[in-house]
Amino acid sequence: MKKSVFFGALTLAGLGAGVAAAGTLDDVKARGKLNCGVTTGLVGFAAPDANGKWEGFDVGVCRAVAAAVLGDATAVEFVPTTGKTRFTALASGEIDMLARNTTWTFSRDVDLKFTFVGVNYYDGQGFMVPKDLGVSSAKELDGATVCIQTGTTTELNLADFFRANNISYEPVPIETNAEAQQQYLAGACDVYTTDASGLAATRATFEDPAGHVLLPEIISKEPLGPLVRHGDNEWEDVVRWTLNALITAEELGVTSTNIADMGAAAGSNPEVNRLLGTEGNLGEMLGLPADWAKNAIMAGGNYGELFEKNIGESTSIGLARGLNAQWTDGGLIYSPPFR
Amino acid sequence: MSDTHAETVAFVQDTTIPPAPPPAAETGIVKWLRENLFATPVNGLLTIAALYLIYLVLNVSLPWIFGGLWTTTSLAECREILQGKSAACFSVLTERWNQLLYGFKYPAEEYWRPNVAFVLLFVAAAPVLFFDLPRKLLIFTGLYPFIAYWLIWGGSALIPIVALLGILGGGLVYKQFVKTSFAAGFFGAIVTAFVIWIVAGMLIPENASENAMLPAVPSRDLGGFMLNMMLGVTCVSLSLPIGIALALGRQSDMPLIKWICVIFIEFIRGVPLITLLFVASVMLAYFFPPDSTVDLFLRVVIMITMFSSAYIAEVIRGGLAALPKGQYEGADSLGLDYAQAMQLIILPQALKISIPGIVNVAVGLFKDTTLVSVISMFDLVGMIRGPILASTEWNGVYWELLGFAALLFFVVCYGISQYSQWLERRLATDHR
Amino acid sequence: MTTITDPPKESFRLSQLIYDTRYRSLTFQAIAALVLALSIWYLGNNLIQNLRAAGLNISYDFLGDPAGYDINQRLIEYDSQSSHARAAVVGVLNTLLVAFLACITATIFGVLAGVLRLSNNWLVSKIMAIYVEIFRNIPVLIWIIIIFTIMTAVLPGPRAFRGDNATASMVLDSFAFTNRGIYVPKPIWTTGGILVVVTFLLSVIGVFAYRRYAANLLYATGKLLPTGWPSLAILIVPTLLVLYVPSNPLWLVLMAIVGLVLFLGALAVAFWAIGQALRAITSAAGDFVAVISVVLAFVAFVYFGGFSFLAFFWSLTGFGELVPLMQFESPALKGFNFSGGIKVGGPLIALWFALSIYTGAFIAENVRAGIQAVSKGQTEAASALGLRPGRVMNLVVLPQALRVIIPPLISQYLNITKNSSLAIAVGYADVTATLGGITLNQTGRAIECVLLLMLFYLTISLLISAFMNVYNSSIKLKER
Repeated sequence: MKKSVFFGALTLAGLGAGVAAAGTLDDVKARGKLNCGVTTGLVGFAAPDANGKWEGFDVGVCRAVAAAVLGDATAVEFVPTTGKTRFTALASGEIDMLARNTTWTFSRDVDLKFTFVGVNYYDGQGFMVPKDLGVSSAKELDGATVCIQTGTTTELNLADFFRANNISYEPVPIETNAEAQQQYLAGACDVYTTDASGLAATRATFEDPAGHVLLPEIISKEPLGPLVRHGDNEWEDVVRWTLNALITAEELGVTSTNIADMGAAAGSNPEVNRLLGTEGNLGEMLGLPADWAKNAIMAGGNYGELFEKNIGESTSIGLARGLNAQWTDGGLIYSPPFR
Repeated sequence: MSDTHAETVAFVQDTTIPPAPPPAAETGIVKWLRENLFATPVNGLLTIAALYLIYLVLNVSLPWIFGGLWTTTSLAECREILQGKSAACFSVLTERWNQLLYGFKYPAEEYWRPNVAFVLLFVAAAPVLFFDLPRKLLIFTGLYPFIAYWLIWGGSALIPIVALLGILGGGLVYKQFVKTSFAAGFFGAIVTAFVIWIVAGMLIPENASENAMLPAVPSRDLGGFMLNMMLGVTCVSLSLPIGIALALGRQSDMPLIKWICVIFIEFIRGVPLITLLFVASVMLAYFFPPDSTVDLFLRVVIMITMFSSAYIAEVIRGGLAALPKGQYEGADSLGLDYAQAMQLIILPQALKISIPGIVNVAVGLFKDTTLVSVISMFDLVGMIRGPILASTEWNGVYWELLGFAALLFFVVCYGISQYSQWLERRLATDHR
Repeated sequence: MTTITDPPKESFRLSQLIYDTRYRSLTFQAIAALVLALSIWYLGNNLIQNLRAAGLNISYDFLGDPAGYDINQRLIEYDSQSSHARAAVVGVLNTLLVAFLACITATIFGVLAGVLRLSNNWLVSKIMAIYVEIFRNIPVLIWIIIIFTIMTAVLPGPRAFRGDNATASMVLDSFAFTNRGIYVPKPIWTTGGILVVVTFLLSVIGVFAYRRYAANLLYATGKLLPTGWPSLAILIVPTLLVLYVPSNPLWLVLMAIVGLVLFLGALAVAFWAIGQALRAITSAAGDFVAVISVVLAFVAFVYFGGFSFLAFFWSLTGFGELVPLMQFESPALKGFNFSGGIKVGGPLIALWFALSIYTGAFIAENVRAGIQAVSKGQTEAASALGLRPGRVMNLVVLPQALRVIIPPLISQYLNITKNSSLAIAVGYADVTATLGGITLNQTGRAIECVLLLMLFYLTISLLISAFMNVYNSSIKLKER
């Protein structure tokens, strides 16, 4: 184990350095694997199951991108990141993209130099309290002890909310969701606050989910989306349009079950044809094969399917589409046209 | 002298009395109890208090352990069976056994590889730990790192072979040139090794790892207790030579080298390991060439090695300082140059004195490998705090998991410290 | 003219750089300097390139920006609008607080366990051996997590204290043990409070004076006074008396009289003793009585005489009573949490206790080694002189053992300070959690934050090592 690790890695690093340099897209193709940053474990969004296979909504996005670029939805290396390590991991090139329910904010975009390619989940920060506490509004939380996951925007939102309402609280900063859960269940804090989706996901794992309620207040806007490094526009386009392809597919009624038929030959709807590569050369423009979007959709289904399968109402997490319905259904999910 | 007295004596003992057994209070268990447990009233009270304490602990823990369940599939099931009784739910250990030991991503069909590497570790370590074994076994010890690397990471066998060749080549050059001058040998060896590495590194085909005999496992997939063991063994064995070099450098009369070593050692010893791990996880990437990535495992190994080598250097410096000055002067008077004096006279003695200290550093380092869980690596503690406790089935099983982790570490660390005490006793008899 | 000529000047050959000891060290240093410069240049160059590629820069301006987050444990004023720099200072103070507390308790645990491990009692010494081995051989991170889990999972939440069928209750109605922390009564600064403090300080002086008197008496006459319980009594009794003196005016009058008598008596004794002391400056008795009498006179005057007089006359003026007591504010369940009193947070307790019990095991080994380092002949000689076991320990063994114990003890203190950085595992807001955690996350200034963090720890440990060096050289002088 001694020097060989060092040496081996040095050679690999040297080889890597020789191949790299061009752009993330070429890197990924050369490597044959997509390095995708995800959370260390949030059921429904990204969590390894008992066999170590990653599953979840964010994981679905990673798999779609891998399928679009490499044609293989399993060619993904999932890199678990904490709130602390995620941005460095992306900035230093350890991962190619970050799909870790990360909020799109001004300073992350402008100051930290990342590009958010879109929004895959419109979220907001909420509060969860035990039912027997008898609290019905966040404004009644004066003097409460609040568990927060540290290193996220929720920490700042929380401070702002309580200051704006001129009530006091005591924060308990926690590193991971699992520990926050433990603290909350043990009663070491009265309230657990994080993104409403995360709260629902966490509550789903409780022994007695009905004993806990989510308060009606949503105190912040949390548009969550995948992000890449600034300045690599080609790669940025790939990730952005893969996400858009998933959204458009739902809008156009393309699902993982009917895609084989629809993609086999050009159909009557020109946009579907362009999306699935049976017409036009959108794939070529991206530097990808013509069936890139088809692969991406087949990886886990379209946006709606991913949603239903991982976090939708039929799952234990049970999130309604709400803001995340298609724009045609009164939601905010809207993809620019494929043209 | 009158004999009246003799007549007044009614009885004269004319045979020896057979030795009577000592009074009951002075023998066997009673004596032991009286001397060791109830010597004074205060002592007796202490004993009773201690017994009560033991009773309290056992009263809670024994039923908990022996009533434990081993076969359920989730905590909820455990609770159902126990019906509110207090007992352990050890099924989490059986259910997640592989995850605890190997992390959650190491391919299950390859578990035999780390197992073999683990067994071979004992073979490799034996000749270092026990001097009585034949010295020829050391050859295997020398080969072990390369074998273990190949076993655990898999991929092309060429990489460890080339690494080995480089070191062998360097060694040969050193042997050749060291007769003329140590410096020539030293630098010659380094240059040779690098030349071999670079030249051979270019010859290894890029896709060498693809269809290798052992499928390659990326180091990100390592986890569980295996990760702790690997970090511990790698970093201790790497930091030993670096520590010796630093200790010698600190004693050197060349001011520049001395100050480099002093600053390095004091800096590393002055900051907590966790900040160095932060450096590995969030800072170090900025210091490598752009567009290259060095994986987290390697970055962590670099930082932990730096950390432990500074501590080992201080231990060895203590050993060097403990040697009587006569040894240095004796070496000089024999006309040995610096390298020879160190190699033949000073270091063998200094290292012998420092062995207990080095073992202490090694145990401390092994315990500190749990800190990598803070930078989102899934070692044993990381697995417990992350994926296992977060899962729906096992959310809330703390004592069994933490107790298991504590037990594993205790067994290893206690074993090493017992070895160190054995060694100390042995070396002590050597001196007298 | 000299008969001995200089040796012929050799021309300088290149091989001398390696073979000639005069030049060799220069060669090596030149190579080292070159390698050092090259690696610094290489790393620096990489850093600059990487930063440029990422469009970042190194700047410490963010320290002045509002931090935006709250901290639950703070020793100085801080809110979410304070700057990042202030958050870092809060963290630094928290680190120092937990390190200081843990050093004290670790020493107590360590000395106790170390001494008990050498006890004649087989059971006790075995239990201590088990304690030491268990805690030394399991990582401190696991201990911190275990103790934190005990804190949160075993202690009741504040909710358990509520309602008619509460499952938990406060100890003595003033201490609440919850899984969020321990709430203890908080002293309120009243006019009487100063008296309590003064009394306590005077008692401390009194203890020293008494011990000195006992020692002097021993040397002068050979008479042995007990020191243990009288010291304790001197330390505690007066303070307790002051704390529980009722504020009833009748009592005040009574005490005013008692105080006056005591005061005058003590003053008289003091003058007498000073006279004695002046006459025989070496007289141990005079020395002690002088000191203790002056102290007593002052104490008596202040809280029996002076204050009672004052309070009595004050009550005559009709402006209400002057309360001579230290008052305590007990914690009470209000809303979600206990309020009032002092809260010692759960994370602080977990970290404090885990660090002290873990390091205590190491200190116990140091103490044991130190005591065993004192040769058996010393103990035997002391016993032969007729000293009792306690005195053998106090007078012969410990003074010699301390020299061996203190240097490793100080490095254990250093370890505590460094290990306190594990606070992030339990959510305690130390400097690693504020500066190296939340600030780093929110600003993304990884390099700057980590550098500042290292600088802080480096400063602390250099200070402690400097202190240790001073100590080591000071005991070296006494060696023969």
